[in-house]
Amino acid sequence: MKKILGMTLLLVALVIAVCVYQSINYGHVAFFERDNLFNLAQRIGILGIYAIGAGIVILSGGIDLSIGSIIGFTGVVMAMACSALGWSPWLVAAIVIVMCTIIGFWHGFLIGRFNLQPFVVTLCTLLLLRGLARGISGGISQKLDGFSYLGNGPFLGLPVPFWMLIGIALIMGFIMNFTVYGRYWYAIGRNPDAARYSGIKVNRMRTAAYVICALLSGVAGVVSISYTGEVQPASAGLMFEMWAIAAAVLGGCSLRGGEGSIIGIIIGAALIKVMYNGINLIGISTEWEWAVIGVVILGGVVADAAYKQRAAKRVR
Amino acid sequence: METTSNRTAPFLKMTGISKSFPGVQALDSVDLELYEGEILGLIGENGAGKSTLMRILGGDYPADAGTIYLNGKPIAPRDVRDSMSLGISIIYQELNLAPNLDIASNIFLGREPRKGPLGLVDRRKLYEDAGKIAAYVGISAPLTTPVEKLSPGERQLVEIAKALSVESKVLVLDEPTSSLTPSEAAKLFEIMRRLKTQGVSMIYISHRLSEVQEMCDRVIVLRDGIRVGELTRKENNSPDSSPLAGGGLSSFEMVKLMVGRDISRFFPEHTQRKSNREAAMSVRGFRYPGAKAEVNFDLYAGEILGVAGLVGAGRTELAVNLFGIELDRTAGSKRHGEVFVCGEKVDIRSPADAIRCGIGLVPEDRKLLGVILEMAVSENITLPSIGGYKPPFLDRKRETLVTREMIEALDIKTPSFEQQVQFLSGGNQQKVAVAKWLCLNPRILILDEPTRGIDVGSKSEIYRLIRKLADEGVGVMMISSELEEIIGLADRVLVMHEGRCTGILDSDMITEENIMHLATGGTTN
Repeated sequence: MKKILGMTLLLVALVIAVCVYQSINYGHVAFFERDNLFNLAQRIGILGIYAIGAGIVILSGGIDLSIGSIIGFTGVVMAMACSALGWSPWLVAAIVIVMCTIIGFWHGFLIGRFNLQPFVVTLCTLLLLRGLARGISGGISQKLDGFSYLGNGPFLGLPVPFWMLIGIALIMGFIMNFTVYGRYWYAIGRNPDAARYSGIKVNRMRTAAYVICALLSGVAGVVSISYTGEVQPASAGLMFEMWAIAAAVLGGCSLRGGEGSIIGIIIGAALIKVMYNGINLIGISTEWEWAVIGVVILGGVVADAAYKQRAAKRVR
Repeated sequence: METTSNRTAPFLKMTGISKSFPGVQALDSVDLELYEGEILGLIGENGAGKSTLMRILGGDYPADAGTIYLNGKPIAPRDVRDSMSLGISIIYQELNLAPNLDIASNIFLGREPRKGPLGLVDRRKLYEDAGKIAAYVGISAPLTTPVEKLSPGERQLVEIAKALSVESKVLVLDEPTSSLTPSEAAKLFEIMRRLKTQGVSMIYISHRLSEVQEMCDRVIVLRDGIRVGELTRKENNSPDSSPLAGGGLSSFEMVKLMVGRDISRFFPEHTQRKSNREAAMSVRGFRYPGAKAEVNFDLYAGEILGVAGLVGAGRTELAVNLFGIELDRTAGSKRHGEVFVCGEKVDIRSPADAIRCGIGLVPEDRKLLGVILEMAVSENITLPSIGGYKPPFLDRKRETLVTREMIEALDIKTPSFEQQVQFLSGGNQQKVAVAKWLCLNPRILILDEPTRGIDVGSKSEIYRLIRKLADEGVGVMMISSELEEIIGLADRVLVMHEGRCTGILDSDMITEENIMHLATGGTTN
């Protein structure tokens, strides 16, 4: 809880810093302009959706590196199927999401049945799907017209992806806090052996986590192609798994497993996108973005570790 | 004996050592003196401050007050390296070996002999030197064996070899025998005696009072961070004479000092055996990966079936396989045979199946398997049962009720339900591991080394609890390496040797001799 408070404060501080900088240097605050906020909410929405997927896997003690490739792949398949077959994008979206679910089951099966390391299994999917996306499209960018509402449309004044994030967060938050599955995931993340000795079906719960992650990645992929209307097979979704992991870690998930919360992950996602936005607004050239974000994430993690060490000393 | 007569000046002296952690006074002005060539027993319940005192000696953390003198000179070790160079070696309960390195490399880890201008490791000298020390402490395995392949006893010997390689004058052994077989322990004691004649001083920490009686010249007792007493073996009392004889170290005195009260009855009374013996679990032709022969036995409702045997006899494997867990997937062969619970044939393939049949297992490794250290007391207690309260929802109200009930029933000492289990004492952690099953009202409870590493007071509480469960009709299977515990508690004893069951002893046949006879491969006649 304290970590979430800290991150929220950091978020607020970041926004204030950007605004102060703008008002001093440009005389007006662009951050709170309607277009900027709408855009920001859109991006937070999309990142938040797949960051929640990554977060569930991380807090149950695993890792999923295939997120970005799934997003790129779903985009390519969406665009190609719609233009080549003339099917309704909504139908194709449904099929693609089912496909993603199967990928999640596949991950869970390999990790549970053959005791393979999640890092390796999902790394292979990362390579496989990126290759497939580039292969079937011939590396040529694909367009998808007439399907922009999901990614861009306003609903009650807010962008649709943001509403989707809220919906998914409520559902996942409910599962994490009010059903036994959340408890099981935390237990498995902390100590899978002890969880097994307590009668928890560890493989089943792990598979469920990978299924949710792949499914949410698929949803994010569909929203992404709708958002951009065009997909570059080689770069769509590239590195997105890293942003997802960064959001989860910033939001309090530990890569050791067993720690984290849905609200934290969302705050983490918001932090990353506000940083992006802020870097643009105060006029740092985009080439510096990653460097700045890397430093901020490291700072956050180090501060948290230092705080925890002090807390541990007090308990001992 | 030259040892106890040499009373002029202590070789090691710790005076007025105090250490407080926030909220706890771990040590309060404790004195400890160790004479040359002496084996000093340091005993006390868990949390009494033994380990803290030794960690200060080893330089893990500084004392708040007090001074340490070695050979009359004040010392202040800053870390393990520092204390080692002063000639103080501490062998902790959890061994500090690199499992993937071989014996020789472990003995000289960080102090490898060097050669040449590049300072390369002189492997020939490394193995030569290691060989000498290994032979001295009686390590029979080749020096190139990785430590992970060694038995717990052999690992202990490697630790001792490591301590000797720096010519330690003071050797601290913290619960060295807790994972050793009796013969390995005997070997260790022999080495300790040999070291003693060479003037090495030893501090021996153990919960096993019989070993303290056997080995120690003097005993210092700590309780709640205070030195509450000192017992000395009488001069003319050679270690060979019965330690229980008057004038030696009386275990009664030791326990009284440790707990601060009399424990008149350590083991609860056996209740009268019921005549209608109903099998809670029948195991027929049961074979599991790693088993050398089929296992057949009945576990009656309301009895405590002790499972005895040496370390490695396959007791834990039997227990976990009955619970639906396969330890070694590569072992090839599959589980087969029949298991009946209350007369009904059951097919147990996972712990979830076992739980549904009313079987609970308190595993041997409490911290790794029994509880989840970083989770709350309440979350641990309800972990196996919470899925059944109001599936699939998390019934927090019922969780609180169950937790409260269990904390009261087992007298678990915790500041709150939300306290992480890692901050409880060993005894209370074990109670949590037992409570997990009690709230499911099991028909069968399998306990694997239920009192390992927990203090005397908690031990007797756990014994009473086990007996109470049996009296309530639970079939209890208790694996233990402590014969005293098996003899004191069990109604019948199943003995195992090298993956097979060598016999089942009825109550009138339970003696140390009979158990050891079967445990070492003897047959019933």
